[in-house]
Amino acid sequence: MATVIFSSELQRYTGEEKTTVGAGTYRDVVAALLDRYQGLPADEIQKMAVAIDGEIIHDPLLETVGEDSEVHFLFRISGG
Amino acid sequence: MSEAREFKYIGQRTIRPDGYDKVTGRANYGADLSLPGMIWGKILRSPHAHANIKNIDLSKAQAHPDVLAIATYQDFPHVQSEAFQAGEVPTDIIDLARNVLADDKVLYHGHAIAAIAARSESAAQDALSLIEVEYEVLPPVMDVADAMKPEAAVLHNNMFTQGLAEPADKASNIASRMELKKGDVAAGFALADLVVERDFYTPTVHQGYIEPHATTVRFEENGQAMVWCSTQGHFDVRASTAKLLNMPLGKLKVVASEIGGGFGGKTTVYLEPVALILSRKSGKPVKMVMTRDEVFRASGPGSATRSHVKIGAMKDGTITAMQASLCFEAGAFKGSPMGPGCMTVFTPYDVENMYIEGYDVVVNKPKVAAYRAPGAPQAEFAAEMVINEIASKLGIDPIELRLRNAAKEGTQTVYGPKLKRVGLVECLEAAKNSPQYQSALKANQGRGLAAGFWFNIGGLSSVTINMNPDGSGTILEGSPDIGGSRASMQMMAAEELGIPIDQLKPLVADTEHVAYNATTGGSRTTFATGMAVIEAAQDVVRQLKERAAAVWNITAEQVDWADGVAINTTGDDRLTVAEICKDAEKTGGQIAGTGNINARGAGPSFAVHLCDVEVDPDTGKVDVIRYTAIQDAGKAIHPSYVEGQYQGGAAQGIGWALNEEYIYNKDGIMENAGFLDYRIPLASDLPMIETVIIEIPNSFHPFGVRGVGETGIVPPLAAVATAVSEAIGVVMTDLPCSPPRVLAAIHGKS
Repeated sequence: MATVIFSSELQRYTGEEKTTVGAGTYRDVVAALLDRYQGLPADEIQKMAVAIDGEIIHDPLLETVGEDSEVHFLFRISGG
Repeated sequence: MSEAREFKYIGQRTIRPDGYDKVTGRANYGADLSLPGMIWGKILRSPHAHANIKNIDLSKAQAHPDVLAIATYQDFPHVQSEAFQAGEVPTDIIDLARNVLADDKVLYHGHAIAAIAARSESAAQDALSLIEVEYEVLPPVMDVADAMKPEAAVLHNNMFTQGLAEPADKASNIASRMELKKGDVAAGFALADLVVERDFYTPTVHQGYIEPHATTVRFEENGQAMVWCSTQGHFDVRASTAKLLNMPLGKLKVVASEIGGGFGGKTTVYLEPVALILSRKSGKPVKMVMTRDEVFRASGPGSATRSHVKIGAMKDGTITAMQASLCFEAGAFKGSPMGPGCMTVFTPYDVENMYIEGYDVVVNKPKVAAYRAPGAPQAEFAAEMVINEIASKLGIDPIELRLRNAAKEGTQTVYGPKLKRVGLVECLEAAKNSPQYQSALKANQGRGLAAGFWFNIGGLSSVTINMNPDGSGTILEGSPDIGGSRASMQMMAAEELGIPIDQLKPLVADTEHVAYNATTGGSRTTFATGMAVIEAAQDVVRQLKERAAAVWNITAEQVDWADGVAINTTGDDRLTVAEICKDAEKTGGQIAGTGNINARGAGPSFAVHLCDVEVDPDTGKVDVIRYTAIQDAGKAIHPSYVEGQYQGGAAQGIGWALNEEYIYNKDGIMENAGFLDYRIPLASDLPMIETVIIEIPNSFHPFGVRGVGETGIVPPLAAVATAVSEAIGVVMTDLPCSPPRVLAAIHGKS
């Protein structure tokens, strides 16, 4: 099972710091989270970047999430 | 980077391909395009910092014989509130429209209200005075602290604070709040032997790019349109402008001119949509060029901030807790770099307990834009000042204190992922061993040191390499070259193809000649577009091998590639790139390679800066007498450009620390909108900035590259302010450390 760690912002909706979900793709993980946390706004999580095993991805969809992966949702980063 | 690799071109100091055009004046910048029949556009700007627009009377201006078109907010197709990502900062499309041309309210002095196109620049300027605007003047809110007070005048009656535990029920200037935390800060502070906390202020500053915003546009009868402009991201200019004008992307071609500096400030649109409205209405090409005054008053500066930082440490220097409250000015519309500020503020430290809250606050100043590592310099300034004070109070060398707590591989960041291998420790060791750190100081001199962190990003990049029959090639990239990317692309393609760099010509293509590229920003281009170049070059090599295999009547798998030569592994045959390309028409047509990627794995970078200053105790003037910038580049593709980025970041940060600030009067009108009064450092103000390139390869990049463009502006604010503090014996918490402020601090001490 992959581990999803929630930011303080997302903990307002999930009520817990982390959870585990079945491996698959980013899309599968988001679907599982939206199913599990009914109050979690889809647009809130889909506008965030994701870090899978430390690799930050800004426009995720099909990325692989492994059995031992650690997933963080984070504020999108831009720059100057 | 999976294995050690010997490079032939990477790491060399090659001649820059854009150099000749720039030094001979042939390079064409934003204001350099003229078209037949072209007319000029000018913008009427608000004389008030905050006012309702009661009425706009255009009749006298419309009657002017040389006026051919007038544009106001009413000329935009109906735009509705919608989150929109084009450029560096997420924005609401309706805010973008209202920033480009005010609707029923002006929100800063210089806010655009209407535009006129006339037969000449002077006629357009003169006709602006014929537009009559009736205002209801409102009190301006000019400081983030004032804006957050419950009694403050509210800029937007429909803006409610996002991110609160309970939904806000009252309009506020606080657009949003965010928090990040790990561990238990209360428990961490309880373990501390020493706790230091202070308030800090950083002013509104401008990126200080030398070339003003400029554009020339042509709206054609068939609905096609062309925009020529100075921008860091012409694909995002296309996206924003098309969205504002309700145009299909395919109808709008945007050409990025040569750019005379951007630093994040040219990642959005100001003139382009307005010029297109004027062109559409007049039926003529329209040119618009901002004056320097307009650039200061009406383009996006960097955020002013007020911060509170509290850090606790044990006697041995172990940091036990870090806490920050960061309030960022967004300018007239929501969207400051609060997020990256919160995410970066403590990232150089591997500390168990952290709590950070951030506020995005609107004020009656121009809407902020990105500025080199947006949010990080302001946030990390506050943190690094407290770190230095803790080192001083504990009697621990500031480098040793940082080494004891430094972020490294495996450090859990407060914003999410654990760090991969990074080079902060190596930067600190280099600082400790630097000649500057070993040198002695004299009376009235001080030394400051600070660390800095920036993420760097990847994103979408597309590249095409077209090979010619003689074996030369053209690299078409879609990333405007603001920091030497054409040289980097040329070198990386040459390395991969195995042909001399002068056989490859790098070009920045317009929006019709290469697929989408994200804006040049976030220190992404050498990393991400470089990966696209490598992919395109590998595509070319694959085809070259296939063609050689066809000539030799073997399979492509039986062909090796080395130093630009195809090798028949079943015999002694060799074919060069030129030989394969020469006969390409006989083996399937000419060869072109593409690389279209969404680059992941950007490697964060850390820097450590050392600053020595001398303060004149009679005048408060500060001279930087020695400066060393040390930073992890992953792998320096072109070391001279990398050093230039370090030096440029340091110079801008020194200006921010010592002199730069927007000065407003009580009515919210900027009083120093020009380079004579807004004092950026000149070459003659600074010593040669010494540089040290640390190379800890980024494992996600084929050559090990990390972004280098932004991190260098993060440490200077605290490095300089600490040096000044050391020299005068007073902690400088407010920037800039300008002569009046330094003198006041000296007098306050005595």
